[in-house]
Amino acid sequence: MGSAMARALAQDEGVDARPWVLLAPALLALFLLMVVPMAIIFVFTFYEYIDVAVDRPAFQFENWRWFFEDSFYHYAIWQTLRISAITTLVCALLGFVPAYFIANTTYRHKWLLMLLLILPFWVSFIIRQLSWVHVLGSQGIVNAALLWLGVIDEPLRLLYNEATVVMGLVHFLLPFMILNIYVSLEGIDRNLVSAARTLGCTEWQAFREVTLPLSLPGLAAGSLLCFVLAGGSYVTPLILGGPDNFLFGNLIYDTIMMELNWPMGATLSVVLLVLLGSLVVIYGRFMGLSRLYKSLN
Amino acid sequence: MRSWSLIRFYTLLVYLFMFTPIAIVVVLSFNDAQFGGFPIQGFSLRWFEALANNEPVVRAFRTSLLMGIAAAVIATTLGILASLALMRYNVPGTNFLNTLLIAPVLVPETVLAVGLLLFMRWLDQPRSLVLLLAGHVLIALPFVVLVVQARLVGIRKVYEDAARSLGANPVQTFFQITFPLLMPAVFAGLLFAFTISFDNITGTLFWRPPGVETVPTQIFGMLRHSISPEINALGTVMIVITVGLPLLAGAVARAFARGRL
Repeated sequence: MGSAMARALAQDEGVDARPWVLLAPALLALFLLMVVPMAIIFVFTFYEYIDVAVDRPAFQFENWRWFFEDSFYHYAIWQTLRISAITTLVCALLGFVPAYFIANTTYRHKWLLMLLLILPFWVSFIIRQLSWVHVLGSQGIVNAALLWLGVIDEPLRLLYNEATVVMGLVHFLLPFMILNIYVSLEGIDRNLVSAARTLGCTEWQAFREVTLPLSLPGLAAGSLLCFVLAGGSYVTPLILGGPDNFLFGNLIYDTIMMELNWPMGATLSVVLLVLLGSLVVIYGRFMGLSRLYKSLN
Repeated sequence: MRSWSLIRFYTLLVYLFMFTPIAIVVVLSFNDAQFGGFPIQGFSLRWFEALANNEPVVRAFRTSLLMGIAAAVIATTLGILASLALMRYNVPGTNFLNTLLIAPVLVPETVLAVGLLLFMRWLDQPRSLVLLLAGHVLIALPFVVLVVQARLVGIRKVYEDAARSLGANPVQTFFQITFPLLMPAVFAGLLFAFTISFDNITGTLFWRPPGVETVPTQIFGMLRHSISPEINALGTVMIVITVGLPLLAGAVARAFARGRL
């Protein structure tokens, strides 16, 4: 029936309606579950907070005033940007070499290295995060080994600081970085490096002048993903961070789920969206988003 | 070459960084000790047994499983239809539509979560399983679209045209040509969406109705006290499901492909 109607429509207006029939369910879902909710968040930022879980529709700027005047929020933004930037940098430093190795190895079981790279995406996120408690916690393998060796008498307090939050985020985001750089490196014409070598470049020069610049798009895509995903997270600090190592997402979670202050939670959400969304938009302008889709695959 | 062996060693270290902690969870889940950490005091399956008798965990498991299946079916259906439209027809604004379909990945998940929650509040609806399901569909959809589009590229329209010219009607063509060719994309989409839903915690912590737990939120709640050996066992079970399932599916698919050749 659908297609009959579509054909009728197509004949009438000269437009093929069939693709729109196919698209309709997905677009409707996105409209209801994303577009409308985003608009409602924005509307809520002007609502008036009365008491816990009570608010009143209004058009006033009290929430925004709070946000702009309370330096705690500014500190939270700074801390979120700092932790995200460090995480991204560490991912890039840790990820480039393995990506280079996988792209250039003649190892017979290269597919295995690739599979191992994708595997972490399938291992439960929360398990991956809590696994660090077994490494660095008071009963973790590091402390157990040091105690057993007699180096220390008491377990060291290695967990619940900014470094462990960064490490947890890196552990979660590193595969994104490696995959993106790998895709870039894999696309480089091998002859270019050979040409550079024949023209007298040393191996290192050829890398610096040819390979590295050509891998930058992958590095940029990986960095964007790492930064945005790190900056938007809040579960990692809850598991691996101390009370001071919160991210902006933690403020949103606390404001919405603990304080039940929805207008303020909405305001903070818009802030986070603008903060991270502007990075995506800037990236999209310079690099185009299609590369990002490819890298997510 | 010395620099190459350095590169190889560095790569090995990075892989160790990624996998040692996960391996430790699996090892510790077989530990006979009373607590969830080191030292190791012998092999035991008792924590898996305890898990099977842990009523809340079993309930969370059932919720996650149902949620995962429902989200996978819905997201894959929506994703395949949309992908077919974008790849088969000349739709004006294809780029924009593609970006829209992928957009849920580009918006921080926390913000998506707050948005849906406030929408429910705006409608005066309580948090329900439907909200949780809708959220999971929203998060899984972009990934389904990406995976499915990658698979659909390989299906060329000539096969369908051939079927039609040989006298098949559109319905026959769909069920005998298009659908079988689509199957790998369907499976990939289902699997991907299921894994995403089964693993989700960021949005789920916002969306779940009071008293409802999925496996990740259940683990999260149990973490509040300390890491019990049961958490390790649950982690191992999760790993077996979310890693073993796709690997098995891949192996089966390959075996089928080989059998046909």
